[in-house]
Amino acid sequence: MTTHTFKPDLPPPGKTVGAWAWMRANLFSSPVNTLLTLLAAYLIWLLIPPLLDWAFISATFSGTTRADCAPGGACWVFIKERFGQFMYGFYPTEERWRVNLTLLIAIVGAAPVFFKAMPRRAIYGIGFLIVYPVVAWILLHGGVLGLEQVPTTRWGGLTLTLVIAAAGIAGALPLGIVLALGRRSHMPAVRVLCVTFIEFWRGVPLITVLFMSSVMLPLFLPEGMSFDKLLRALIGVILFQSAYIAEVVRGGLQAIPKGQYEAAGAMGLGYWRVMGLVILPQALKLVIPGIVNTFIALFKDTSLVIIIGLFDLLNSLHQATVDPAWLGMSTEGYVFGALIYFIFCFGMSQYSQRLERKLDTGHRR
Amino acid sequence: MAKPVGASRSSLLNDPRTRAWAFQIIAIVAVVALGWYLFQNTQTNLQNRGITSGFGFLDNSAGFGVSQSLIDYSEANSYGRLFFVGLLNTLLVSALGIIIATVLGFIIGVARLSPNWLIRKMASVYIEVFRNIPPLLQIFFWYFAVLRLVPNPRQSLDFMGTLFLNNRGLYVPAPVGAEGLTAMLVALAIAFVASIVVFRWAKAKRHATGERFPVLLTVLGLFIGLPLLAALVFGAPLHWEVPQLQGFNFRGGWVVIPELFALLVALSVYTAAFIAETVRSGIQSVSHGQTEAANSLGLPAGKTLRLVIIPQAMRVIIPPLTSQYLNLTKNSSLAAGIGYPDMVALFAGTVLNQTGQAIETIAITMSVYLTISLTISLLMNVYNKRMALAER
Repeated sequence: MTTHTFKPDLPPPGKTVGAWAWMRANLFSSPVNTLLTLLAAYLIWLLIPPLLDWAFISATFSGTTRADCAPGGACWVFIKERFGQFMYGFYPTEERWRVNLTLLIAIVGAAPVFFKAMPRRAIYGIGFLIVYPVVAWILLHGGVLGLEQVPTTRWGGLTLTLVIAAAGIAGALPLGIVLALGRRSHMPAVRVLCVTFIEFWRGVPLITVLFMSSVMLPLFLPEGMSFDKLLRALIGVILFQSAYIAEVVRGGLQAIPKGQYEAAGAMGLGYWRVMGLVILPQALKLVIPGIVNTFIALFKDTSLVIIIGLFDLLNSLHQATVDPAWLGMSTEGYVFGALIYFIFCFGMSQYSQRLERKLDTGHRR
Repeated sequence: MAKPVGASRSSLLNDPRTRAWAFQIIAIVAVVALGWYLFQNTQTNLQNRGITSGFGFLDNSAGFGVSQSLIDYSEANSYGRLFFVGLLNTLLVSALGIIIATVLGFIIGVARLSPNWLIRKMASVYIEVFRNIPPLLQIFFWYFAVLRLVPNPRQSLDFMGTLFLNNRGLYVPAPVGAEGLTAMLVALAIAFVASIVVFRWAKAKRHATGERFPVLLTVLGLFIGLPLLAALVFGAPLHWEVPQLQGFNFRGGWVVIPELFALLVALSVYTAAFIAETVRSGIQSVSHGQTEAANSLGLPAGKTLRLVIIPQAMRVIIPPLTSQYLNLTKNSSLAAGIGYPDMVALFAGTVLNQTGQAIETIAITMSVYLTISLTISLLMNVYNKRMALAER
């Protein structure tokens, strides 16, 4: 009896593996592709080295004044010197720990919502959404519990941007859900009211809404009553954003099969129980990515409050660049601002895309 | 002894129909009451501040100049005329922005699906970078950071002696009508009518015999050949007035003011990122089976793309594309941030400050955007109905 010994496997053909083969398949598969690759490489060569040179190699990182900066490179000293203003606006320096603490509570408090193992996540989440704004208001505004009062006119920078975005979404979400339910209602009067409301806010630019809330809102109020500027802007943002949320939620409501409504009705549940216990939990889960996308849009839109004179991140940057002590720093300022907005928006959009893949439970058919 | 169905309801209060009626009446009464309350407050407030409401102020002289106007306008003109100046400026930046963003967006959207790795990655980087930065910041960047680096008119950046970029704007040659203009317009009109005839005839022929007539080539030939012929016979229809440096500034040609330039670049670049994503998802939505089926019918690659993929992709692309166009139009109101004289900057900004007619100016501004949005949505609904797949 002879024993068979297998010969070792031959290596795969050299043309199909390795860096060279990958390049042939992805970069040089045809004459047109080769040309495109070369063009793209040339473009990168034109753009990237000068950019790196400006941002890092010729840039100045240490110093305290404009005079310390070398010409020809970025002057990051400007950002370093004004960092506090970009983050906190005119919030008193010795009280800035309160802003940090508010943010820390938000992160620590919201973290359990993202852990699957956490029992009763939904109830905890809703409770957090109700309790947190109160805590945040007390901490940021003060005036009670021995905290020094900081009026909203002194809030600014990234802090204000985050406050507007967070308050905007927290206010717009419940209103948007109610509007979406109203738009799907069988009662014609309710439906018409909701459709009019939604289409009105969706049809106008946010700037006009902000103008309206800053100059028209005071006219609507009874005599002697007035809101501060931030609250007026927030009302405008919430009304505007609720219309967009309503459309996103409506998409979710429409994606729930009719059988779910019928089954819940057959169990003898009334309208609010059908919605609250059966439809909304499913629909809202479906539209979380859509809501995150709306939030990204809201986060970018907060930059428009510069028009009515609030000092959000963009306005803080803008004011710093027109400061005579730091003239000519516009590029550094806006690049830094763009980076911050990018980190937030890109991070959220990646999260939303991951959720979308995870939540794809095959409801949409 | 069976009671009729529904007769056993014990109380009117539990009847869903009664409750629906009651609920709707309450809702309407609440809204009307709120409206009345706000109206009353407004009346009192206006009286206290001595503001007379009404649109009479539109006839008053505006008394301030505007940096860019498509129609004749001077300081002596009325606020009413200023309205049209603002409206036209908004429409101008929107129209130009839509054209640039569409071209850029389609190129990047297709590049995103390219088999070439480098091109694909570059398109993704473009999309992710530009759509995640607020449009207002991008406008500021172009206006305050980039255009500040541009030299004064005497040291203009010169592009082949025809385009000049300096801190007063971008100077481009302007077309001026010459003697052959009428003949050219007539030739274009003839080409247009002839193309429609050819198109109809070719369609009828294709339906009758299945033969394809090269419509596109014929139409191109008509549109290029006829005007060319007219130009040869009657002389050139236009000559270009190239801007010339005279003293400290340029004379002649058209000038794109820096505000418009910054706004256009920022809005187009921002919106193009969204359009690119729309185009990509539209093309990807056409299932691969369609390509395979077209291949097995023996269609060459070009025809597969033109006759099978693109028509189906367009069905998916057009609705979100329109909403991107609407977004661009609404975002053009960010002009107020850098002082481009658009609808919002002129009306909700300057006119409001001058006259104090808050309600009227904001109502006019909002209704302009509402009219544009609602008209486009209406057209979109009609289009969607026509394009909807006949589900079986």
